[in-house]
Amino acid sequence: MFLTSNPQLNKNGELHHLLSIEGLPGEILLQILDTAESFVGVTQREVKKVPLLRGKAIFNLFFEPSTRTRTTFEIAAKRLSADVINLAINVSSQSKGESVLDTVANLAAMQADMFIVRHSQSGAPHLIARHVGEDIHVVNAGDGRHSHPTQGLLDMFTIRHYKHDFHQLKVAIVGDILHSRVARSQIHALTTLGVPEVRVIGPKTLLPTNVDNMGVHVYHDMAKGLKDVDVVMMLRLQNERMQGSFLPSPQEFFKFYGLTAEKLALAKPDAIVLHPGPMNRGVEIDSTVADGNQSVILPQVTFGIAIRMAVMSILAGN
Amino acid sequence: MTTGPLPDAEQLVAALIEKMRGNVAPDTGLIGIVTGGAWLAERLHTALKLEVPFGTLDVSFYRDDFQHKGLKRKVAPSDIPFEVEGRDLILVDDVLYTGRTIRAAMNELFDYGRPASIRLASLVDRGGRELPIAAQFVGATIEAGQSVELKRDAQGRLSLALSID
Amino acid sequence: MKIHIKNGRLIDPAAGTDAKRDVYIAAGKIVALGNAPSGFTANRTIDASGLIVCPGLVDLAVRLREPGFEYMATLESEMQAAAAGGVTSLACPPDTDPPLDEPGLVEMLKFRARNLHQAHVYPIGALTVGLKGTHLTEMAELTDAGCVAFSHADAPLTDTQLLLRALQYAATFDFAVWLRPQDAGLARGGVAHDGQVATRLGLAAIPVCAETIALSTILLLARETGARIHICRISSAEGVDMVRQAKARGLKVSCDVAIHHAHLSEMDIGYFDPNCNLTPPLRSQRDRDALRAALGDGTVDALCSDHTPVDEDAKQSPFAEAETGATGVELLLPLTLKWIEETKLPLAQGLARITSEPARVLGVDAGRLQLGVGADICIFDPARYWKVEPTALKSQGKNTPFTGVEIKGKVSYTLVDGLLVYESA
Repeated sequence: MFLTSNPQLNKNGELHHLLSIEGLPGEILLQILDTAESFVGVTQREVKKVPLLRGKAIFNLFFEPSTRTRTTFEIAAKRLSADVINLAINVSSQSKGESVLDTVANLAAMQADMFIVRHSQSGAPHLIARHVGEDIHVVNAGDGRHSHPTQGLLDMFTIRHYKHDFHQLKVAIVGDILHSRVARSQIHALTTLGVPEVRVIGPKTLLPTNVDNMGVHVYHDMAKGLKDVDVVMMLRLQNERMQGSFLPSPQEFFKFYGLTAEKLALAKPDAIVLHPGPMNRGVEIDSTVADGNQSVILPQVTFGIAIRMAVMSILAGN
Repeated sequence: MTTGPLPDAEQLVAALIEKMRGNVAPDTGLIGIVTGGAWLAERLHTALKLEVPFGTLDVSFYRDDFQHKGLKRKVAPSDIPFEVEGRDLILVDDVLYTGRTIRAAMNELFDYGRPASIRLASLVDRGGRELPIAAQFVGATIEAGQSVELKRDAQGRLSLALSID
Repeated sequence: MKIHIKNGRLIDPAAGTDAKRDVYIAAGKIVALGNAPSGFTANRTIDASGLIVCPGLVDLAVRLREPGFEYMATLESEMQAAAAGGVTSLACPPDTDPPLDEPGLVEMLKFRARNLHQAHVYPIGALTVGLKGTHLTEMAELTDAGCVAFSHADAPLTDTQLLLRALQYAATFDFAVWLRPQDAGLARGGVAHDGQVATRLGLAAIPVCAETIALSTILLLARETGARIHICRISSAEGVDMVRQAKARGLKVSCDVAIHHAHLSEMDIGYFDPNCNLTPPLRSQRDRDALRAALGDGTVDALCSDHTPVDEDAKQSPFAEAETGATGVELLLPLTLKWIEETKLPLAQGLARITSEPARVLGVDAGRLQLGVGADICIFDPARYWKVEPTALKSQGKNTPFTGVEIKGKVSYTLVDGLLVYESA
C-alpha cells in the first residue's frame, strides 16, 4: 500500500535505478538521450572505449534467456571499461532452491556495483532494487510485460535522430500491446517527451484494458491507424501468442496487422519504421519493409549500445 | 604575475595569438576543451588561418573525479574532424589549474590515434598544478587561488569572471 | 472467578445498546448488566473508563494454517493473534493440508483449539474431497465432527454439474454452503484487477466478470436448489448489485467482504507491493466505494479479516509469484473502526458487521451480550493510536499492506467464556 515513493530516484531526485520509464521526468529522459549522443561518437572511434567505469563490476543477471539484449549490455559495459560478469540463471532449478533475493544477496557480496536484470515476471527488478544495498544500481533489461526502459529509450533516440523533435509527431505502435513491455515503455516515453499523438493498433485480444488511460488512441484498423503517421513502431509477436486463444493464426494476423509496403504507403512518405527485434518476417513485418529505405531497424541496434552506455554511466555517477 | 583586477580576456586572446603565430603549421590540429577552450580554439583557428578544421573535446568520460562528482548533466559529443594519427596537436583550454583536465584530454586523444606531438595553449594559468603538466602558450599568469572562468556574450566577446570552485 | 467490568461504554449491536453500563461475570457467564446482582463480590475488577465494552468479535475467515502449513503459522500463534484482535469466535476455511475433508481432521482441530482456551473455533468443511472438485465429502459426518458449513475455499470448482449436486445435497440437510465467486477460466493466471494498474504494471489480469459470472451461476443454482448460500469475499460493485437484487427477490443468501477490500484498491499495489497480492484482487476505487456502501446498507452482512499468514520467503518474490493473502485478524477491529468513522455510521451499527451479523451467518450463539450466556467480550480503547509493525503482531504472518501505518483503536482486554485471554501491556 505504501510503496509509493518513486524507487528509481535518490533523495536528490537523480536516477539511482532504471526500472521503468514511467514516473521519470522528461529532463532525465533527455539527459540520457543527450549523453548517448556523446557515446555514439565514441563507438565510431579507433578505440571504442572510455575508462569511465574502470574497475566496476557489472553483473548481467538473466533469469530469462536473451542473447541479444545481454550482448548489447555486455558491449556497452565493456566500452565503459567495466568488468562484466554474465549469469544466465536457470529459473526451473532456481524455483526449487534459491530465491531471486538469495541469488542477488550472494552476488552483492561479491562487490557488485550494478545489476542488469532480465526476468519473466513483471516487477522482479523492483523487488531486487528494494533489497540491494544503496551503493548498488539496478537496470531493468526487461521484466515480464511491464517494462523494458532501455529499449524504449533507444527507440526515442532513434526517433529524435531522424525526426529531430518530438512535439509535432504522430506515432503508431502496432501489434501485441497486451504482452509487450516494449510497448509500455514506448508509450510512457513518447507521452513524457511530448509526442502529441500516440496510437496503438491491434486486435482487441492483444490490447490491454483501459490502455487509453495511458494517453493513447486505440485503433483496430491499420488503414485508419497508420494514416499520416511519422513513425511506425512494430512489435514482436511471441510464438506462443500466434496460435490459440489470442489469434487464430500468424497468417491471419499478417493479413490484418502485418506491415506491408501497401500499408506503409498510408503513413507519411518520410515515415520511419522501427522494430525491437528479433523480427518475424511475414508475421508482423514484410521483408520489403524490413529491408526497405524507411526501415531504421539496424541503426536502432547501434544506438542501443550508446543508450545503454549512457544509462550505466549516469547511474554509476549518481 | 598579475594581481588585482582580472585581466581583459580579449587582450589575452590577442597576446596568445601572437605567441602562437610562427609556432604552428597549416596542418597543426587545434583541439579546444569544452566549453571555454572550444570558444578559444575557434578564435585561434580563425586568427592563425589554419587549414584543418579545429576539433572539440568533452573530457567527461575521462575525468578522474567521476567517482565523486558523477557525470555532468550535459555532455557534449567530442568532435575531431581530422586524423589524429601522426599529427602535431595543440590542446586549447581557458584556465589551466590542477592539470587533471589536460591529463583526461590527453588520454582521450590517444583513443583517436597516436599524435606526433601535443602542446598546450591556455588563456590563463592560475597555478595550483597537481600533475607534471605545463603550457607552451599562456595568455597570462594570475594570482594562485583565484578561481576564474571564461564567459562569452551574445556578440562572441570573451571575458573572465571570478567563479566558485 | 467473578469479574466486574466497570465504567465502560457498553455497545451491543444486537440489542441496540450503547450506554454506560457495568458488566458482571460469574462462572464464565454474564450474570448482570448495569447493577450488580445481590451479594456479587468480584475477584477481579476491570476499570473500563474511556473504553468500549462490546461482544467478542466474530471473524468469518481466519486461517490457522494447521494442519500442513506450520511453517507459515501455528494454531498457538494465530489463536493468540485472534485474542489480541478481540476475536472470540472464528471460522476457519478448509484450505489446510490435507484439507478439512475428514471428520478426524476436524475433530483434531477442534480438540487442539479447545485446549488452548482461546477463541471458539468453527471449522468450515471441505465441499469436495481434497478440494479437488470431483467428489462430495461426507457432509453429515463432518457436521457431526463440528463443521458449521462447507466451502471450497479459494480452490477452483469448475464442474457446474458437481456444484449443482453439492448444493442439492447440502440443501437436503440444510447445511450452509460458503462459496467464493470466481470463474476459474476467466481468472486463469491473473494476479490483479483488470484495470489501469494491471495495464500499467503489465500484470496478468482478472476481470470483474470472473466474479459476476461465477456469482450468477451460484445465485441461479441457489434459487434452483434452495440451498443456504453465503458468498465469501465479494470484491466488485457489479457483484454487490447482484447480491442486492438476489436478496430483494427473497433468496436465502448472505455475503461478506474482506477488511482489506473495504480500504484498499488496485492503486495501492503501488510499485508491486507483494502484500497487496490478494485473493480476490484489489479492484478499482469505484468498486471499493460500492463495497463500503453495501456494508453500510446491509447488502454485505459481515466484514472479515480473511486472515492469511504467509511466511516471509513466500512474499519475497516478484508480485505474481508471491503467495497471496494478508495477515489481518489483529487489524479487523481498528480497520472496521476506520471504516465506521469514515462512513459516519453509528458505532453500534458498524460493529454489528464484526459481531452479531457474522454470528448470524455462522449460525452460532455469539456476537452479543446476553445474560446467562458465555461471556465473550472485547474491551477496547477507541482513541488509542498504534503503528502496525511486524514485530508488534502476534501472528506469525507479518504480511500486511498496512505495515508502518498508524491506526486507531486497540484491544485492551479479551474474554472468552469469562476467561481473560488477552490483556494489553
